Amino acid sequence: MAAQLGSLSLIERDDPGASIIEVMVGFARTLRHAGVPASQERLQAMVAALAHLDVTRAADAYWAGRVTLCSDPEDLERYDMAFALYFGAQQATGGRRVPPPSVARAAPFELSGGDPHGERNSEQPTFAAQASRHELLRHKDVSALTPAERAQLKRLFDLLAPRVSARRSHRYRSASRGRVDLAQSVRRLLRAGGEPSQLARRRRRTKPRRLVLLMDVSGSMTPYAEALLRFAHAATRAAPARTESFTLGTRLTRVTRELRLRDPDRALAAAGRAVPDWSGGTRLGDTLKAFSDRWGQRGLARGAVVVLCSDGWERGDPAELGEQVRRLARLAHAVVWVNPHKGKDGFAPATGGMVAALPHIDSLVAGHSFAALEELVQVIADA
Amino acid sequence: MHPVIPELSDPTALAAALGDAGYLADIGLATAAYLGMKMHRPIFLEGDAGVGKTSLAQALAEVTGTRLIRLQCYEGIDATQALYDWDFPRQVLHLRAAEAVGVTGTDAGRALEQSLYDRRFLISRPILQALEEPGAVLLIDEIDRADDEFEAFLLEVLADNAVTIPEIGTIRAESPPLVVLTSNRTREVHDALKRRCLYHWVAHPEFEREVEILRRRLPEASEQLITEVATAVRRMREADLLKPPGVAESIDWTHALHLLGARTLDRERAAATLGAVLKYQEDSVRIRDTVLAELAG
Repeated sequence: MAAQLGSLSLIERDDPGASIIEVMVGFARTLRHAGVPASQERLQAMVAALAHLDVTRAADAYWAGRVTLCSDPEDLERYDMAFALYFGAQQATGGRRVPPPSVARAAPFELSGGDPHGERNSEQPTFAAQASRHELLRHKDVSALTPAERAQLKRLFDLLAPRVSARRSHRYRSASRGRVDLAQSVRRLLRAGGEPSQLARRRRRTKPRRLVLLMDVSGSMTPYAEALLRFAHAATRAAPARTESFTLGTRLTRVTRELRLRDPDRALAAAGRAVPDWSGGTRLGDTLKAFSDRWGQRGLARGAVVVLCSDGWERGDPAELGEQVRRLARLAHAVVWVNPHKGKDGFAPATGGMVAALPHIDSLVAGHSFAALEELVQVIADA
Repeated sequence: MHPVIPELSDPTALAAALGDAGYLADIGLATAAYLGMKMHRPIFLEGDAGVGKTSLAQALAEVTGTRLIRLQCYEGIDATQALYDWDFPRQVLHLRAAEAVGVTGTDAGRALEQSLYDRRFLISRPILQALEEPGAVLLIDEIDRADDEFEAFLLEVLADNAVTIPEIGTIRAESPPLVVLTSNRTREVHDALKRRCLYHWVAHPEFEREVEILRRRLPEASEQLITEVATAVRRMREADLLKPPGVAESIDWTHALHLLGARTLDRERAAATLGAVLKYQEDSVRIRDTVLAELAG
């Protein structure tokens, strides 16, 4: 692709006085705006790389930047776009097709508004009354909350810490019982001058499983999106390296990085910006397939606890959804389906998608209220 | 004897040298490798399985005329498998032998203890081997299979190009090895490690390059067979399969077909050898009904 770059000169681009460094710093800024975390350290690496190459050749500049500033396949598309934008060469992306910027839809929840302390100004209720109100709030369907109640519930989410069950890892730890640790025993023996001393023993360590959250953000799930994202944030905070979050809409979006921000509101705002298809339609089967193809099968879902949050409204073929859930179930340790409608009276998994998926899932939970999400925490821990 | 290493003045020269070693790299990959050699930074390669990440390290070793030292990662790998280990049985034997001769006195005892941790009782594992061998190519394969504890440890070694062994001291590389890390993205490798590396995504080769690779690897196969296999494989990659075939698979397939005496890609032999190129039953069924159905019988 870089072969088609032509011979743009980095130095000629601006006034001749501008140094290469200045050009690069400007480029890095453009890149950061495009979403590639081009840090100072990486920028220095790029400048160092350019020293070994022909700086006036666009292809060299392109590759020097690409190998030093990018660190993820997701970065590459953005890098191409930023490179084209900054160096003004429309052909810079060559064979790679850059998708047209999709029309962003706003996240269906307000983050900055509202009194963060909830109903502080209203009359001070007694302690007991407050407690019972909390209890009510916990069981109320999150789609029916007033803004004040929602602000109050927000703080409850800080208390959630979803933990995932552990599996036996391939690493050992020393233990008082278990199999003999040969290496350690010999080390003791040598230390004792060759006298056989006590045998050292070891056992397998355990390691928590990965938690993968797949959240449907289509129109019918809009009222629950905020609560589910807050749940995902709580899970990410509890185990940042072992939690992966994706949104499913008209397309698949990974929001893991965004949700790693410590502050819940900032994390949610970042995730809100990252997801381009809030409240749109959904083709659950297709997006699940995209997940398994690009992430799940490679290993992200292997041995993991996968939580799929959706009402099962499928615009596409329900049979395809069933097939994809089956595939996911084969990859994962457990598949938990969270359907907010389950919490409603007279629920029966009647939507075509749900019926197709039901035989392949390990458990079906409600997740429509805070109490139901607490239950989900337990289901995940026991999975 | 040291083979003559060609003076590599730019990425194009390296690409040509890699080509002579039987590896056809595009300019992006050649630039990444060139910069890795010049900047003494590890090269971090990601891409689908079978696109030639591992073979690049082999080719680089050939080009630089050094040995390829390979460390295959797996879950639970630790320093005793990656770095060094003590040869315990020999240490014990040494001790027993000294006892048999009869070592007495504190001075002799101390000397004996010291001799237990002599260099000859140290077993070098791949990383230590690479540090001790000037200019070696160290391939750390499938780093994503190792767990994060190992990554942290690796980071330390790569940062200093040195290893400290408590009983012996620090062993520092005279000239740092050229490190190639590969990952199949089964999990995300920590940023701290990636930051030290030059990152390159290895894509499937374009049609012409693939034909050229097949031609080089299997010079005995017929030209028509090669072109037709490359065409079919390209269509398979577009067919949205569970596991799209990589270059490794198209080489295997061509080889299998050639061994069966095929000069062209016909439906019958293609169906019989499909297992060489597709690894999932669902994929095989789909391709049989689409790509293969269009082949001449």
